Amino acid sequence: MSAATIREHALGQRPGWANEMAAMLEAYREAGGNPDALQLPQVATLVVSANEILAAHEIPGVHFKAESLEHGVKANIAVEPGAKIERPVHLCFGVIPAEGLQEIMAEYDIGAGAQVEFLAHCSFPNAVKVKHVMEACIHVGKGASLTYTEAHYHGPTGGVEVRPHAGVRVDDGGRFITTFSLTRGRIGLMDLDYVVSVGVDALAELTTKAYGTGDDKITVREVVRLNGKGARGLTKTRVAVRDEAISQVYTAAEGNAPGARGHMSCTEIVRDRAEARNTPLVIVRDDQAQVTHEAAIGTVNRKELESLLARGLDEDEAVDLIIRGMLR
Amino acid sequence: MSEPLLRVENLSLRREGRDILRNVNLAVQTGQIHALLGLNGSGKSSLAYAIMGCEGYTPNAGRILFGGRDLTGLSITERARLSITLAWQEPARFEGLPVGKYIGVGVHDQEHNREQVVAALEAVALPATIYGFRAADRTLSGGERKRVELAAVYAMRPRLAILDEPDSGIDVLSLGDIERLIRCLADEGSAVLLITHRDELVTMADVASLMCFGSILFTGDPAEARRYYAGRCRPHLESLGAQPWDASMPEVQAALASNGGPVSQLCGDAVKEPA
Repeated sequence: MSAATIREHALGQRPGWANEMAAMLEAYREAGGNPDALQLPQVATLVVSANEILAAHEIPGVHFKAESLEHGVKANIAVEPGAKIERPVHLCFGVIPAEGLQEIMAEYDIGAGAQVEFLAHCSFPNAVKVKHVMEACIHVGKGASLTYTEAHYHGPTGGVEVRPHAGVRVDDGGRFITTFSLTRGRIGLMDLDYVVSVGVDALAELTTKAYGTGDDKITVREVVRLNGKGARGLTKTRVAVRDEAISQVYTAAEGNAPGARGHMSCTEIVRDRAEARNTPLVIVRDDQAQVTHEAAIGTVNRKELESLLARGLDEDEAVDLIIRGMLR
Repeated sequence: MSEPLLRVENLSLRREGRDILRNVNLAVQTGQIHALLGLNGSGKSSLAYAIMGCEGYTPNAGRILFGGRDLTGLSITERARLSITLAWQEPARFEGLPVGKYIGVGVHDQEHNREQVVAALEAVALPATIYGFRAADRTLSGGERKRVELAAVYAMRPRLAILDEPDSGIDVLSLGDIERLIRCLADEGSAVLLITHRDELVTMADVASLMCFGSILFTGDPAEARRYYAGRCRPHLESLGAQPWDASMPEVQAALASNGGPVSQLCGDAVKEPA
C-alpha cells in the first residue's frame, strides 16, 4: 500500500489502527522484511496482527479473502490461472503483545500456469508466551510455479510456540519451492510439518533452516510423495543447535512412479550440550524410481574450521561463521 | 644473510605408526619464494600442516621458529595472528558463505576490507562483481575454488604464506595469473613457502628444497633441485619399485643417512642424467 492507500485504509478503522500497523511494520522489519515494499501499490500485501486483518491489498491476478476468527484469521489467497506476478506477494503475520494465540487457517490456490513468489514474515518480537499455528492447504495448479519463502523472528526470550503445518499438492508440471527459516533470535518451540504430493514432471523443493539456542526445541517433519511420472523432490534441512537445544528431523521421500527422483539432505551442527537427531525414511514403490539421502550430524567440518582459523578467527567466531553461512 | 623468518629445526612427525617427517630442516627468508618440491606422499603437505599447527600434526621432535619465536604449543589461530597462513591444496567448501566474506576474513584493515577483497579477486582474475557474492561452496569448480583460496591468502598479506600446490586444478591458460600472484606476494614482503610436485613452478623460486620420504634431501639453487627431481629423484624412486618407500630398503636408508649431503651422494652414478 502506498502511504495514501494506508491513509485511505485507515479511514473507518478503529482507533489505534495506525499504531498497530506501525508496530507490525516494525515487527516485519525485525523479521527481515522490508516495510517499504509493503507500501508499494503494485505489491499485493496481507498484514495480520493477532486476529485482526490490518491490510489486504490486492493487485490484478492476486486475490485475498480473509476473515477474523476468535484467535486468528481464515484466509483464502488465490492467484489467477496464467497470471505472472512480477513482484513478490508480501504476507506479514505477527503478535505484538507478550502473550497471545494466533491461528492462521490459509488456503493458497495457484491457478494453472501462474507464476508467483510469496515472501512471508512472521514476527513475535515481544513474545513471552505466544502460540502461532499455521494450518495451510496449498494447491499449485498444472504448470504453475510457486516460490514461498517464510522467515520468522521470535524475539529474545524463547517464549514462542510455532507450529507451521501444510499440506501441498503440486499438479503436473508444477513447481513448488519453499524455504522456511528461523535463524534469528530464540526459537522457543518449533514444530514444522509439511506433506507434499508431487505430480507428473512436477517439482518440490523444501528447505528448512533453524538455529536453536538455550532450551529451544525443534521438530521438522517433511514428507515428499513423488506420485507422478518424472516427479522430482528435494528436502534440504539445515539446523544448528547449541547450549541445550534439541532438534529432531524426520524426512521421508516416496518414489511412487517411473522416473521419480528424490533426494534428502540433512546437515545438523551440534555444539555444547545440544542434541540433534535425524531420521530419514526412503520408500520406493516403482523400480524406475530412485530416492537418495545424505546426512551429516555433529560438529563442524574440521577442514572448514581450520581454514578459517588459519585466517585468524578464533574457534567460536569460525563456528559461528560456518553456521551463519549454512543457514543463509 | 639475515635471520630467516621461518626456521624449521630437526622436525619429526609420526602419525598412525608411520614416520611422516624425518629430521626436517628448512629456512625461509622474508620476501623470498622458497619452493618445496617432491613427489606425492613425500611429506610436503604434512610439513605445511605442522607449521600451521593443524590438528594431528604436532611434531614429535624438533621445533618451528617464526621471527625467532618458538611456535610450539600455539594454536592455529595464534599462528595466524602472528601472520602465518596456509592455502590448502584442496580448499574447504563453505555452504552459503559468500566468496567476498570468506576472502575478507583475514583482512586486518577492516576500513578497507572491501577494497582489499576486490583487489584480491582481481589478482586471481575473478571479477568481483560476479564472484564476490557467490558462495564458496560446491558450485565453484575446483579451479575457481583454488583461485579464491589464493585470493584469501593474498588479501591477508601474511608475513608467511604457505601455498600447497597452488597451481593444481588451474587451467594452463591461467597459470600465469597464479605465478604473478605468488611473485606479487613475495614482492610485497611475504615469505612464500611454495609446495609443489610440478618442477616447472620451481623456476620462479629463489630457493628450492627437495623432499623425499619425509626428509629434505637438498636445498639450494632451484635449477639444480629441478634437475635432480626430474632426472634423478624420480627414476631413483621408480627403481625402488615400491611406493611409498620401504624404510628397510638399503637405498632408502642410504638416502636418509645422507640427508643434507651432496646430491651425488644420494643417488650415486647408477641413475642416468636426464635427457
